[in-house]
Amino acid sequence: MTKLTIEDLKRIKEEVRSSTLLREGGFRAKITIHMGTCGIAAGARKLMSAVLKEIEERKTQDVMVTTSGCAGLCSREPMATVEIQGKPPVKYCDLNEEKIKEIFLHHAIQGEIVEAYALARGSETTY
Amino acid sequence: MVCAGTGCVACGSLQLRERLAAELEKRGLCDEVQLVITGCNGFCAEGPIVVVYPEGIFYKKLTPEDVPFLVEEHFLKGRPVEKFLYTVPSAKEKVPLMKDIPFFQHQVLRALRNRGLIDAENINEYIARDGYSALHKVLSSMKPEEVIEEVKLSGLRGRGGAGFPTGKKWEEGRRYTSFPKYVICNGDEGDPGAFMDRSVLEADPHAVLEGMAICGYATDSHQGYVYVRAEYPLAIQRLNIAIEQAKSYGLLGKDIFGSGFDFEIGIYPGAGAFVCGESTALMYSLEGKRGMPRIKPPRSTEAGLWGQPTVLNNVETFANVPSILLNGSSWFASMGTSGSKGTKVFALTGAVQNVGLIEVPMGTTLRKIVFDIGGGISDKREYKAVQIGGPSGACLPAFLLDTEVDFDSLDDAGAMMGSGGLVVMNDLTCMVDTARFFTDFSVDESCGKCVPCRIGMKVMLNILHRIIRGEGTIEDIDHLKQLGKHIKESSHCGLGKSAPNPVLSTIRYFREEYEAHIIDKRCPSLVCVDLIKFQVVPEKCKMCGLCKKACPSEAIAWEKKTTAVIDLEKCIRCRSCIQACKFWAIE
Repeated sequence: MTKLTIEDLKRIKEEVRSSTLLREGGFRAKITIHMGTCGIAAGARKLMSAVLKEIEERKTQDVMVTTSGCAGLCSREPMATVEIQGKPPVKYCDLNEEKIKEIFLHHAIQGEIVEAYALARGSETTY
Repeated sequence: MVCAGTGCVACGSLQLRERLAAELEKRGLCDEVQLVITGCNGFCAEGPIVVVYPEGIFYKKLTPEDVPFLVEEHFLKGRPVEKFLYTVPSAKEKVPLMKDIPFFQHQVLRALRNRGLIDAENINEYIARDGYSALHKVLSSMKPEEVIEEVKLSGLRGRGGAGFPTGKKWEEGRRYTSFPKYVICNGDEGDPGAFMDRSVLEADPHAVLEGMAICGYATDSHQGYVYVRAEYPLAIQRLNIAIEQAKSYGLLGKDIFGSGFDFEIGIYPGAGAFVCGESTALMYSLEGKRGMPRIKPPRSTEAGLWGQPTVLNNVETFANVPSILLNGSSWFASMGTSGSKGTKVFALTGAVQNVGLIEVPMGTTLRKIVFDIGGGISDKREYKAVQIGGPSGACLPAFLLDTEVDFDSLDDAGAMMGSGGLVVMNDLTCMVDTARFFTDFSVDESCGKCVPCRIGMKVMLNILHRIIRGEGTIEDIDHLKQLGKHIKESSHCGLGKSAPNPVLSTIRYFREEYEAHIIDKRCPSLVCVDLIKFQVVPEKCKMCGLCKKACPSEAIAWEKKTTAVIDLEKCIRCRSCIQACKFWAIE
């Protein structure tokens, strides 16, 4: 690939912003599975497979699945974050395959937060 | 407004009204609060319903018993009572905001600014969070000297533990003009209970790479290495992916951003020796030699890797660099204490509710970290100490909980910042045994090059073993202190110089526990098995049977309403019963 210029950086930034912020990426919801060592040890890979299986079975087109690192609260892993377009993201903790399926169905598909498993909504403040 | 529709009346709203009237009278609130009976509110399923105006707060399913609490909280203190509030089944009100949860509330994310937000294996997501724009800014508009000046002004100090001013180190690195020069990132994180570097590398590897490239530009170096423990396979994998992606974008390699600046980064997995976290030992290990520290000077900035000028910084230090250059030194220095700027990442583990990775402003008190962020001690136990700084650090007791975490105040308390391991200990932790644990660790990990560390620490360990067995003498305490002092003064490297700290700090703050082991032949926390009789104290036994359930060797006889008895023939002295007993009834 050719060398990046500052214009390329800005272009990538815009492209990713629009796709990950769910505006123009064609996605309505985004599920982030937190896959640091702690999350993986607690079973995050199973969550990932469970979500991918649901998507395949339901032929869901508008839910994006991605991974990220440790969310900080290692004792409550595995964790996942669900973000619906235009709403603050919601973090879920102490998950398993059953719970993530429920969350997928109720939150990602139907837009209703599964309060029982939810830890918090919104984002952390960064400076 | 108390609903008095048929539905609510059937659920008891009239009794509720009476109780409310009586309570408001009792509190002297009759003039301020008007009690109104309304017709059917329409939401009979959740009755009795009470709506409070002017806010329109909607309470459901109230009973007369709820009234005193409601009146006190809402009308006297002005706080709506969450648990009685009505929420739409799918509404989010019940799920708190991140900023309202203490664990997240008190954290300030700088080094971890991308945690949980980006896919570490996708460079585009890093770029979307302003990634590599600091490198572009530096390469296109700043001289190396200006970069160094900016880092110096920010007050950034090395996050690996010693707290050496980063800008000063870079300045030194630039001053020597023997080429090639090297930049090394130290990711050989070895403290028990520490996982800061691993998390940063796993969550945001590009931040570290960008920080290293900026350092390379500032110090006129074109080759960087990340020395990372082989025990961190995921971190290594993500670093590899990150380096490949950065190269394919031309953000590493030749002529970055067309500026003429070249910078390459390689990864070196370390075999896991604790001593290789020491900078000079690390460089020998990287050269393929045995990892042993050498005497300084010369400092690594003059003669480091392969005898060439080398700047070595910790993972977290590099992760802080891009945002300093992007936002300016005064932004960075606006947070923290006079001597320690910015934030510090800690791995909070041990006997706290919330175990995890946290980042707090320098100057945050230990109390805030343990009790607000950590959520306090788990399992309803009591706080005893917090171990900070790993095998080089110290155990700080309750009266030092208001110590602010920064490099200098921790030094004053006989501890050190260390790389950021924070292990919280409860009342079931014996401080002599804790000192024994860390001394054991240091003996295992001593490289053996210098006598004070190799022999001295072993002697300290033997004395501790003696005390733990109940064979210690009162002179041992002074002997330990004296030995510790000599080892600190005469060891070659930082590890030896700090290895006696766990023993010295526990003697300083928990001397009575040493004395209990030596004089009374008793371990107050019931940890040292040679000093435990494994007998049930009848006066303390509440006959609950928890000890019997916990015992793996069926050594405990207990029936309902009888005191438990331990059969010492069958007892394997595993302490399961002691941990299960809530009443300290086993001695």
